Amino acid sequence: MSRTALRNVLAHKARLLMTAVSVMLGVAFVSGTLVFSDTLGTAFKNQSAKSYAHVAVAISSNASGSNVGGGIRPKARGLAAGKGFTQQTLDKISKLPGVASAVGRVSGFAGAADSKGKLIGNGWSNTGANFAPGPDGKDPRYTFVAGSGPAQTGDVALDKDTAAKGGFHVGDPVEVATNGPVKTYTVTGIFTTDDGAVTAGGSLVLFDTASAQQMYLSPGHFQEITAAGAKGASQQQILEEVKQLLPKDGTADTQTGKQLADAQAKQIEDSFSVMSTMLMVFAAIALFVGIFLIANTFTMLVAQRTKELALLRALGASRRQITCSVLTEAFIVGATASAAGLALGVAIASGLHTAMSGFGAKVPAGPLIIASTTVVAACAVGVLITMLAAWLPARRAARIPPVAAMTSAELPASAKSLLLRNTIGVILTGGSAGLVVAGAANGDSSGRWPVGIGAFLLLIGLIVLTPLLSRPVLAVVRPPLARAFGVCGNLAARNAHRNPRRTAATASALAIGLTLITGLSVLGVSIGRSLDKATVGNLSADYMVRMAGGMPLDPSVANEISKVGGVTAATALELAYIDIGGKISAVTAADPRGLAETVQVSMVTESRSPQKALAEGKVLVENKTAKSRGWKTGDVVRVSYPDGTKAEVTIGGTFADNLVLSPVVMSDSLLAPHMGKPEVPQVLVKTAGGASAKMAQAIADGLGNNPALSVMDRQKIRNTFGGLINNMLTLMYGLLGMSLIIAALGVVNTLAMSVFERRREIGMLRAIGLERGRVKRMIRLEAVVISLFGAVSGVALGLFIAWATGRTISADLQGYVMVLPWDRIAIFLGLSALVGILAAVWPTRRAARLDVLDAIKIS
Amino acid sequence: MTTSPASGTRADDADDADEADDCTVAVAARATDLTKVYGQGETRVVALDGVSITFRKGEFTAIMGPSGSGKSTLMHCMAGLDAVTAGSARLGDTELSVLKDKQLTRLRRDKVGFVFQAFNLLPTLTAAENITLPMDIAGRKPDRLWLEKVIETVGLAGRLSHRPAQLSGGQQQRVAVARALATRPEIIFADEPTGNLDSQSSAEILGFLRNSVREMGQTVVMVTHDPVAASYADRVVFLADGRIVDELESPTAEAVLERIRRFSTGSSHG
Ligand SMILES: Nc1ncnc2c1ncn2[C@@H]1O[C@H](COP(=O)(O)OP(=O)(O)OP(=O)(O)O)[C@@H](O)[C@H]1O
Ligand SMILES: [Mg+2]
Repeated sequence: MSRTALRNVLAHKARLLMTAVSVMLGVAFVSGTLVFSDTLGTAFKNQSAKSYAHVAVAISSNASGSNVGGGIRPKARGLAAGKGFTQQTLDKISKLPGVASAVGRVSGFAGAADSKGKLIGNGWSNTGANFAPGPDGKDPRYTFVAGSGPAQTGDVALDKDTAAKGGFHVGDPVEVATNGPVKTYTVTGIFTTDDGAVTAGGSLVLFDTASAQQMYLSPGHFQEITAAGAKGASQQQILEEVKQLLPKDGTADTQTGKQLADAQAKQIEDSFSVMSTMLMVFAAIALFVGIFLIANTFTMLVAQRTKELALLRALGASRRQITCSVLTEAFIVGATASAAGLALGVAIASGLHTAMSGFGAKVPAGPLIIASTTVVAACAVGVLITMLAAWLPARRAARIPPVAAMTSAELPASAKSLLLRNTIGVILTGGSAGLVVAGAANGDSSGRWPVGIGAFLLLIGLIVLTPLLSRPVLAVVRPPLARAFGVCGNLAARNAHRNPRRTAATASALAIGLTLITGLSVLGVSIGRSLDKATVGNLSADYMVRMAGGMPLDPSVANEISKVGGVTAATALELAYIDIGGKISAVTAADPRGLAETVQVSMVTESRSPQKALAEGKVLVENKTAKSRGWKTGDVVRVSYPDGTKAEVTIGGTFADNLVLSPVVMSDSLLAPHMGKPEVPQVLVKTAGGASAKMAQAIADGLGNNPALSVMDRQKIRNTFGGLINNMLTLMYGLLGMSLIIAALGVVNTLAMSVFERRREIGMLRAIGLERGRVKRMIRLEAVVISLFGAVSGVALGLFIAWATGRTISADLQGYVMVLPWDRIAIFLGLSALVGILAAVWPTRRAARLDVLDAIKIS
Repeated sequence: MTTSPASGTRADDADDADEADDCTVAVAARATDLTKVYGQGETRVVALDGVSITFRKGEFTAIMGPSGSGKSTLMHCMAGLDAVTAGSARLGDTELSVLKDKQLTRLRRDKVGFVFQAFNLLPTLTAAENITLPMDIAGRKPDRLWLEKVIETVGLAGRLSHRPAQLSGGQQQRVAVARALATRPEIIFADEPTGNLDSQSSAEILGFLRNSVREMGQTVVMVTHDPVAASYADRVVFLADGRIVDELESPTAEAVLERIRRFSTGSSHG
């Protein structure tokens, strides 16, 4: 029996091609994802282990200033801000018996400008740090390829890539922006490093320690101390010794090098696991779509072999043997395609690895990791999917009665099985649609589960029901098609109608992708629109000034801007993390008058002006937060400030969702006594004449044309806040493109099957006078009809699900209104028609090449 | 030599052709030294070996001969379905060997009717739609009166909305004949149209074909293995090994059978 299976596979190579390709693509997606994340994960793990090799213990303080690149972030950010470590502490630590040497570090934002005054690097990991040479004059983190480390104020060293991008050599002047004004420095050295800031595609500027302390913290203080262990001293032992020297006020955080390396590795792994989970979801979608194609192919192969199988049954083969033989065929196809898919996946992974380095993200080099689990998982998935999809056709094959060998007629799909299918479909569709509507009816997040489950079941229900739906739909489109394309249109619609199961399976494959694409688009665009309302809509400011990479601004920036002519208000929005009522909360602190001029705070409760409440020392709370915390206007809550001071504040009112502000807003004068250097992520600017190119330039000039500062007008603010959603949508489109490709393969497959099965008909049509061109058009139209049928049902379902999902998130996203991106939907439908046309290219060519006589003679 | 479709009425065309060919009888199709060779080298088969034959207008010709003698090949070449290797195949005053695929397709659509042994109909179309299919392809309006007459003649009036799968083999062949007649082609080629039918249905189909010749002035060329079928024709042409070996005017079944017998014994004796 298995020999028959192999023979059958070999005999139908061409017809199994699309099936094999779809399985291969799915498996390639899976294995590519696994190999890529394993490879990258291992490489990053090795790298982080290496970068902490010289660190026995690291002591970090949550003192103001940010350590972006080093990977050591104060864990309890904002819990209690210390002033950092003094030189004294450093000296004491370096004299500990187990410690060979100790280095103090201080870092923050710094970016070098190229000759055009533009920031070099990606903008979000441009870091500056102190160069801390040990007794040997070397800092183990950096390897100099030219010159030496900065020794005095005015010297800097640049990482190699940044130097190359800006064309800097040792001795050249370079403009460096920090969160203060731009200054010109002299390049004393160029180095390589495995610092995270650089590997992430940013830049690293090294200053002498005194300058860095001055800039980032305060003179003589460090944010972090790393100690290298002496020979024979364990990290744990050093940790204990170090702890003795530190104040017990919770401002210092100590970790061993191993813990840090592990933590970083874990963090990287987590960030990858999110990515690989997402990729896996899309791989699953692609494979799911592939099932339809595979099922179609095996159904056809079984139908073609009806007589042969019946003969086998007549000769005494059992049903079980027939099922097994078909499944064995599926196994052979699945295994072959999986092997090819695995190879392709590995190739894709290594290609991606190379491509990512090409795009500037410095991924550490490392060997391609092909874990045995990857091989097993990829092959198992491919084989199982193929066999699963072939299961129903195999069962159907087993049901062929032996008598079919003798009868001439082909067995039509029994009406009964469609009746059963339709009944199941109607119940499933109706039930799940009801579930979705019920979930949406609540209008809040409680409906999320019903809507999610309902949407999934609805998709399945519609797939089950598609053969039934195809009848009226095709009946409706036939007259216009016949009118527009004459006999070709008429025949195309009828041919599409001919095998409802096959047409349905083909269309469903496309519908799945379109459902997801449409749903995500509607949600994305709608959320984007509501975010837009919550940001720009609440802003009366003309500009927002920010630092590259979300770095804090120098507190003097607001003051500098207010000196620019035409500026009526420049309000610094300070950000702090404060324990309010026992829970850390992000807080915006600002000058009440300045805030009133630049932000429209729409109060939900308490009609008094928000300015007045703030000026009275009360805090304002975002409505959503107030609800979840159970706060009401007038309530008094306990506050524990970063410096440890405890106090009580009154809630002065609640305001509607506002993305510019944190959930809690207070007056800057209330916060100031408890903060060292305030953290100012953004300054809002209101001008007398409104936004203009000249005004923006004047503000930039007033700030010394710092390349790291961006002066964003309202449109730019809009892009910044909505940009993430657009990027995500683009990514989703890219990933869903994969399932569309497989769906397109399904259309190719179906058409090729149809052409093969109808070759006599096509020959007859050609004999009685249908030209080649019109034969092609007939098949192309059939492809377009099937594709559009799938696309339209997918879009409709996508819209419905998006509506329901929108209802469940609207409570959390004030001002959420469903926006229908008709332009995008039109593009999706256009693309689907194009998919049909492209998918028809090969089958139409085959049909047109059919020899009329061969076709007639087959009979 | 003109390849454009003839204009004007049928009778005029026929007259013109007569004058041009300098013949006394109107010619529907003519093969001159027609040779068809399949394959090359060892697989070379001479299917037609210098066949010259004239199919006159309004005549019902039967072609007979042993299997593999080239009957179908001759028909395919005359109908513009297959390219000739040498010699000439003319339909009316059109030389087929110089036509391109598109022109041949046009010509088949406008001037030729076909009835095959099997698989004549599109399963998705109703009987009526199958009958008017050539006109639909040409984008022409069918001649209602003529169509009704044809349908009435083949006795399909009650079955027009049926699909082929709902019709018997004989009924399906009737639809095929009706389709061939509906466009009033210059010539109808039928390749073993009764090959799959019982004698009763065969007789009906053959009757229609003969009546179309007698009453409508149709020209019909039919390939058959059945002496009884051949007896419906005005003459029988015998093929063997790609050559015309005999001809019989106003045949009877007995006469045809007699010829075949003589022919096969003749050939078996060398
Ligand atoms: N496409 C082809 N390639 C090669 N040889 C062919 C081809 N078509 C026909 N032949 C050969 O040409 C010869 C004539 O074939 P043809 O089909 O015309 O015979 P026929 O008289 O119609 O036979 P039958 O009564 O069996 O239908 C045969 O020897 C056949 O093998
Ligand atoms: Mg033949």
